[in-house]
Amino acid sequence: MIRKISLSIILFLFSVVLAFAQQNKDHSGHNHAKGDHSGHTHAKGDHSGHNHAKGDHSGHNHAKGDHSGHNHAKGDHSGHNHAKGGHSGSHDAHANACGYVFDNSVFNPGKVAFHHISDQNIYSIGPWHFPLPCIPYAVGKGFDFFSSSKFAADSHGNATKAYNGYVVYEGAIRRVRNADAFPKGSVDLGHHNVYTETEKDSKGKDKAVVVACYNGQKFQFDDKSTADFGLFGGGFTSFYDFSITKNVFTMILICLLLGMLFIGIARKYKNNPGKAPSGTQGFMETMFVFIQDEVCKPFLGHKWEKYTPFLMCLFFFILALNLFGQIPFFGGSNVTGNLAVTAVLAVFAFFVVNFSGNGDYWKHIFWMPGIPAWVKVIVTPVEFIGLFIKPITLMLRLFGNITAGHMVIVIFVGLIFIFGENGANAGAAWGTSIASVALTLFMMAIELLVAFLQAFVFTILVASYIGAATEEHHAH
Amino acid sequence: MYAAIGAGLAVIGAGIGIGNVGAKAMEAIARQPEAVGDIRSNMILVGALIEGAALIAILLSFFVGQ
Repeated sequence: MIRKISLSIILFLFSVVLAFAQQNKDHSGHNHAKGDHSGHTHAKGDHSGHNHAKGDHSGHNHAKGDHSGHNHAKGDHSGHNHAKGGHSGSHDAHANACGYVFDNSVFNPGKVAFHHISDQNIYSIGPWHFPLPCIPYAVGKGFDFFSSSKFAADSHGNATKAYNGYVVYEGAIRRVRNADAFPKGSVDLGHHNVYTETEKDSKGKDKAVVVACYNGQKFQFDDKSTADFGLFGGGFTSFYDFSITKNVFTMILICLLLGMLFIGIARKYKNNPGKAPSGTQGFMETMFVFIQDEVCKPFLGHKWEKYTPFLMCLFFFILALNLFGQIPFFGGSNVTGNLAVTAVLAVFAFFVVNFSGNGDYWKHIFWMPGIPAWVKVIVTPVEFIGLFIKPITLMLRLFGNITAGHMVIVIFVGLIFIFGENGANAGAAWGTSIASVALTLFMMAIELLVAFLQAFVFTILVASYIGAATEEHHAH
Repeated sequence: MYAAIGAGLAVIGAGIGIGNVGAKAMEAIARQPEAVGDIRSNMILVGALIEGAALIAILLSFFVGQ
């Protein structure tokens, strides 16, 4: 048992190292048009010029708790709930030096939801924002290493300063396209001078591009770092982001917590052999034995001991991340709802399944015995594609379930702003918030179930794939 | 818009499938309550496999809709 548990821990750490190497971003949600900055409170008429240095923006009125940390619970958006009076008057007439008009009168729930589930370079607990290390690598320029506090991001995660040609927009690092023209080092941009514009891409489709206004000049910025072949709205960027982002930080934290937990339990088994388990040991043993008896033994036959560490590792890692992602006001890390993380987990599963596959397994894929030759011609490609479909569905199932749950919660909260007409109708906002709290609580209860269920489903499916790959056939 | 209709159709199919799995599992548990553990884990397994087919359809409609 001790050996098994320590093996699990080693695998945990290993998976983190690999998850590290991925381009920890998922590319949902930058389809917002210019000017739909829902939120932000503005006192009337103080937006002239817009190119002011930091500290010079007295009228912005970023209430404390405004957008506090992307947690999906009620009350999170309290700062957005301003009376309409604040918008009236001359506000809309003020454009910044680049002709951009900051307009926050439209609430776009889809955008807010995507913003809240995506990865960030800032960690937020309640109203406090903590900087994280940024390690971008620009092709041909080498690594940079600095803290995300250099960006002096506002409460929406938009930079008010640029550093070495990088800014953060909605919490994620972007690099300036024309790096030679943009000044090096720390550059003051001021508030609301990092925003998106719509441009036509090579296919003539509208695409949102991040722009910074500096000295009355517009600088375009690359997308978030990724190499997703443009599938999720990204593409090949001029830089790669190896930063310790919110998600990476959470994974490290979870690994340390689980490591401490399991090492402590392992020590207890060592010190009290043959005695009844107590405390956390008893709690964890229940779950451990459940997975062992319900998943490992039935699906893996007599080889179950060999694969138990891997399956336990998957189960507890996914479960811990699922549960951690649901703590309101505490980072709101959506790790298992990040396609890159679930992809790494699925790739692990793919390699373990196929490396443990025996001759029978490969024979059944490439030349299924017992059927006529012309059927084999049809079956073989299907089976071959099936090899890759299995990990792809593993990846999508976990990603989809967790992301959908989080988004539903954000949208339930967003209902308050839709029915309250973004602050204009306080009565409706109060009324809706009662329903919204009830629905959110209900949804969180469902998500608690889903957290366990998806961890279990991932494990049981991997076990069944391994079982199918290692099964010994006698029938033919 | 057609992509959204496609995603909806995929969800209908998966819903019917998972509903059938659940219904039959309930019947089986009612007949043989002592086999509840085996039935439950197989039910979840089959449900997850059906969900996988729906997820692929939804992903495809997502790409088409982009």
